[in-house]
Parts: sequence; C-alpha cells; structure tokens
Amino acid sequence: MSTSDAVAVNEHDEHLAHLREEHLMLDPRPRGEMNAMVMEAMHTTSWKFWVIAGVLGVVVAVCLFGSWGYLIAEGMGVAGINRPSYWGIFIVNTVFWIGISHAGTFVSALLRVFKAEFRRPFTRAAELMTTFGLVQAGLSIFFHMGRVWLAYWMMPYPNQRGLWPNFHSPLEWDFLAINTYLLASTMYLFLPLIPDVAMARDRSTGWRKIFYRTLALGFRGTEGEWTHLRIAMNIFAFAILPVMFSVHTIVSWDFAAAMRPGWSSTIFGPYFVVGALQSGIAAVAMVVITVRATMKNMKYFIRPEHFDAIGKLMLVVSMAWAYFYFNDYLVLWYGGDKWTQILGHFVEEGPKNWMWIMMLVFNIVIPWLTLWNKSIRRNPVLLFIIGLLINVAMWLERFIIIPLSLTINRQPFTWRVYHPGIEIPLGIGTLAFFILLYMIASRLVPLVPVWEVQEGQLAHSVRKFGKETVVTVSDLE
Amino acid sequence: MGDFTVVKEAGKEEGEQPKGIWGLVVNQDVCTGCQACVTACAMENNIPFVGEDDAAYGRSLHWIRIERFWQGEYPDVQATPRQPTMCQQCGAAPCEPVCPVFASVHSNAEQINLQVYNRCVGTRYCANNCPYQVRVFNWRDYSVNMPEIYYNQFNPDVTVRRRGVMEKCTFCIQRIHRAEDLAKSQGRPIADGDVEPACVQACPASALVFGRLDDPESNVSKLNKDKSSSQLLPDLGTLPNVTYLKGGSAHVNK
Repeated sequence: MSTSDAVAVNEHDEHLAHLREEHLMLDPRPRGEMNAMVMEAMHTTSWKFWVIAGVLGVVVAVCLFGSWGYLIAEGMGVAGINRPSYWGIFIVNTVFWIGISHAGTFVSALLRVFKAEFRRPFTRAAELMTTFGLVQAGLSIFFHMGRVWLAYWMMPYPNQRGLWPNFHSPLEWDFLAINTYLLASTMYLFLPLIPDVAMARDRSTGWRKIFYRTLALGFRGTEGEWTHLRIAMNIFAFAILPVMFSVHTIVSWDFAAAMRPGWSSTIFGPYFVVGALQSGIAAVAMVVITVRATMKNMKYFIRPEHFDAIGKLMLVVSMAWAYFYFNDYLVLWYGGDKWTQILGHFVEEGPKNWMWIMMLVFNIVIPWLTLWNKSIRRNPVLLFIIGLLINVAMWLERFIIIPLSLTINRQPFTWRVYHPGIEIPLGIGTLAFFILLYMIASRLVPLVPVWEVQEGQLAHSVRKFGKETVVTVSDLE
Repeated sequence: MGDFTVVKEAGKEEGEQPKGIWGLVVNQDVCTGCQACVTACAMENNIPFVGEDDAAYGRSLHWIRIERFWQGEYPDVQATPRQPTMCQQCGAAPCEPVCPVFASVHSNAEQINLQVYNRCVGTRYCANNCPYQVRVFNWRDYSVNMPEIYYNQFNPDVTVRRRGVMEKCTFCIQRIHRAEDLAKSQGRPIADGDVEPACVQACPASALVFGRLDDPESNVSKLNKDKSSSQLLPDLGTLPNVTYLKGGSAHVNK
C-alpha cells in the first residue's frame, strides 16, 4: 500500500468517525443495547425527580383543583373577566395549549409522511406533548364555562326533550373538533408505542409487567403483526394531518366567525395554524432539550443534529408566522373600518402596548437574528431560551387577540380594560399539570421509540465510491 | 332522527306563529337621563345589586343603561344626547347562531330574542358577538347572597337567575303575555298601549314608547317613520326592533 492510499484510508476513517458522532442514524448500536439504555432511562429516578414531582403535585392540587373548586362555588366573578372582555385568559390558555399540542402531531405525522429521518428519536416525546397539551386545553375550556356541570349539553346525545346542540355555533364545531383530535392523537400516540411497550414488557417484573402486558395487547413482533401495525400507522399519519389543520382552523373560526372588530378576518384559519406550529415547535425544542438534559442515556439518542433541525424549522415557521401576521394586519388596516382602526391604535399605543412590542421582538426579531447561526441552533441552552421566548410571544399574541381585542367594541360606553384574577393560579396550575403528566409518563413509557431508531439505522449506511464517502438510505417501506 | 322532526312540526302547529312584532322607540330629544327606566327595569326583572366594586369593573347586570358622551376638546366640550341602550331585539340577531346549546333563541310568537336561562351553560359567546353589548352575565350568585329581606321584592313572574347564566332585556315578556291573556279573556285584540314594559311605564318624560310594529296605526309605527329616526349600527344588518329619534323629532309624545 502506498502512502497516498494510507492517507486516503485515514481520511476516510476520520470522516466516518465524524459522521458517526454527528448522526444518530449512522451510529448504530445493537438492539439489545438500545433497549437496555431506554429501559435504564425509564427506571433511573433520582431524588430530584421526586422533589419536583411533589412540588408540582402540590401546585396542581392547590392552584388547579383548589382554585377551580373555588371558581365553581363562587361563580365567574372571581376571575377577571367583565363586560366587554367576556373571554379572558381561560380562552387564551385554551388556544395556547391547543397550539402546543399541534406540533406533536406535526413533527410526528408530517415528518413521518415525508420520511424526514431526523424525526426518529423524538416522535414519541412530541406525541406525548400533543395528548397532555390537549388535556390542559380541555381543562381551560371547562374553567371558562359559567355552568361547567352542564358541559355535557354540548354533546349531541339523544334525550327525551329532543334537544340537540346548535350545529350553527362555531363553539360546537370547536367542541367536536377538539374531541376528534384528542381521540385521534391518542390513538396515534398509542400505535407506535405498542412495539416499545412489548419490549418493556419482556424486560420488566411486578406491576410494570402487568401494566405493559395490558398496553402491549399481546404484541409479539411477528411479520403479520408488523404489517398490520405499519398499515395502521400509515393510515393514521396521513389521516391525522388534515384533522390537525382543521382543528386549529376551527379554533380560529370561534373568532373569525364572530362580528367583532379585529376578529372577523378571513385569514385567521391559516394564521392560527401557523401560530400553533410556531409555539408548538418551540415547545418541542424545549421538551427535547429538557429530556436530553435530565434523563439518562438520552445524549446518545438526541444530538445537536436534532436541535439543528428543530431550529431550522423554528426559523421557517417564524417567517411564515410573520407573513400571516402582517398579511392580517395589512388587510384589516386597508379595510378602513372605524372600529378596527381604533382597536389597532389601542393595541399599539394603549396601556398594554408592551405586549404587542414584546410579541414582535420575541416572535420575529430574536428568531430571525439568532437561528440563522448553526452554532446557536446547536446550543441547547440558547435554543431553549429562544423556544421559551417564542412561547411567551405566542401566549401574548393570543392575549392580544382575545381580551385585548374584546376591550374595544362598537359601543364605546362599555370599553374597559381587563385585569386577570383567578386565571393566574389556574394558568400556573395547567402548566404544572402538563409538566407533571409528562414527568409521570417519562417513567412509564419508553420516551424513545427504539424500533423506529433501529429501523432508521438499518436503512442507513456509509459507502465509499472511489474516493468519495457517501451516505445511503434505503427505502424499507 | 325522525322523532326530532315530529317534535319540531308539532311546535309549529301549536301556536308558534307570529302574534305581533313588538318595537320600542327611544326619543333622545326628551330623555333627561334620570335613570328611572334603569331602576324600574331592575325592580321588574329581579336584577340584583352587584356592589360597587363589581359595578365599577363592568359587571353591573342592568338590562338598560343610559349612555352619554362628551364631544370636542376642552374647553369646547359638548354633551351628546343621552342614549338609553337595551337589547335591540334584532330580527337577524348575531347572538343567536353562536350559542352551542340553543340557549339564545328567537321567539316566533313575539319576534324577540329570548335567553333560556335553564339551558345556558355560560360560554358567553353570545355576549361577545352582540354588537350593542347589552347582554349581561351573572358573575356571582348575587340574588342568593343579598340580605334576605330583599327576597320579598322579587317579582314572582320573572325567574331569579343564579350564577353562570347570561341574561338580557326581554321587552318585559311577562307583561306582554299578561296583556295578551287579558285581551283574550275579554274577547278583544290587544290595543295600542296595553303593554308597557317597566322602563316605558317609569319614564317621566315619555321618551320611551312601546307597541306593535306590525300595526300601522300604533304610536311606535308612526314614530318609526319619523324623519329623525335611526337605528343603532344599521350597517351591520341586524334589523333591530328599537328605533332612536334624535335631532328635532316632529312628534311630541302624549
């Protein structure tokens, strides 16, 4: 072997080592080892976990269930809503949590349909976010209802009085859409989970064995079972995408279909979908970073390449959001409606104009200035902070759309600024409940879909053509 | 859902026919802003006192309010005519289609918008969608928490509302029904002036006139055709049954 050949081989090895370090898909480990890693991550629980879970449990008990009980007993007066802001932070939180829940399905289903390989290690983490986010959204709607004990009247159930819900009402569409989405996303979470709980079943004892055995539905991993599972997952991945787009569009119709200045806008549908993705993808970034930092063995599965990919998505969605925001803004301004003009001035120059400025800075300026940079995208701390700021901005955006827009109406005599009351502990309660549910789930279900990672690793290989090192991906499906 | 259509058809046959279109005329030229209508409405319709704090925060439950504004920059300020505002009983009401449980409905018989308290679940969508902002919400159990002695003044003809339901002006539908029953027992049609909602009855300046819009000879129908008559936010196409007279109405009320 000549020296030049030796240098080439050496270069090839270095390049290969670099690729392995960079890409999870090119750094395969035996299935048994990955199983053990995921099981270990699920079982390793430090005292810090219990302390945080305990604190969150107390917060949920006091702030969420305690305050809610008080709210039900006393009436809506303990919240900050008034005339004209009949809707307040409860609806802000509802829209916010539905937005958060969107990215779970988006990351999972859309990236699965388009075979984006970077999705593989964190689809489960994102899908869990969908389900738990929807739980908070549902709770926030229930907080909002004046007589929540009669909420079942919104369901179309046969009854002696021949009373049906009003299918003309956007709220009714909303109710049905959110229920559909909750059911569909839970099933979509469950299907790819089956092989993983079957894996966990074979490696557990005691109550966990019973738990996993029940969830695994007797999955043994035969060829026939895999075929059925793949078909079912494929159907759901395609079917859930229109559901996901429709849900947030329908949420936007609650506003767009009403005759209020600032609300009756035809672009609200896509604008809300993009807004949901904006906050949701930022939330996926935050969740993935937290999971990687706090759970064992996750540094193998979740790597800077994933932050890089999520960061790029955040940048693109931020641009799309900016487009829709200014589109909506321009059209409302150009329409020249007197009340909309007054509302616009109130948002820009009124007592809460800091919200508007903060929203534009956190949603547009900061992502656009930072996420171009690869080293910022790959830095978990910075990406977490940017994700947090985007979520703050998106919450403020919903606040501007709901209570702030309601402040201005066509009867100036009733204009009055909204000051939140019990909404604040209840909002904190939903956040704590979300984190608590996620923490519990992280100890009960494998957070990384091992089979999906392995499938990806089997499909990828590094080959050498002449002097070039080439990464190849074979299509298994 | 065959049963459902049967129920619907049965309702049609049994007298959900229009019995008259009721309308209100507000003469802003003579309104003195004395708030007698507000008080009378509260007495008639069991509207509780909400306390100073809640009232200041925009939670008063009054079904009618007197709006008044100031025009111009100081020192050249002018007061605008007082504008009593109550539910406009729209013919095409924005509050009705948005209710998810049919608590906000149109009455075929009286041609007004009704709020079914028993059915209301408190989503408050109707109030958001009301361009006149005349719907009010029971933020607390005001009627239950008041001193017991006040229970004696409740009007037995009107439901006492509890927390969590929306309510609004009904054109004193209990008085409409009483007048209809009286006229029926006497075997005659309702005459103009038989029905007086509490606000109309209490108005010392006779700024409020109530009657049937489908009767061309009634006082409201004539005032409706006045050259100074207008409706609130007519560009929204809500077809209100309340008319305002402002700026030199030719008619002086009885």
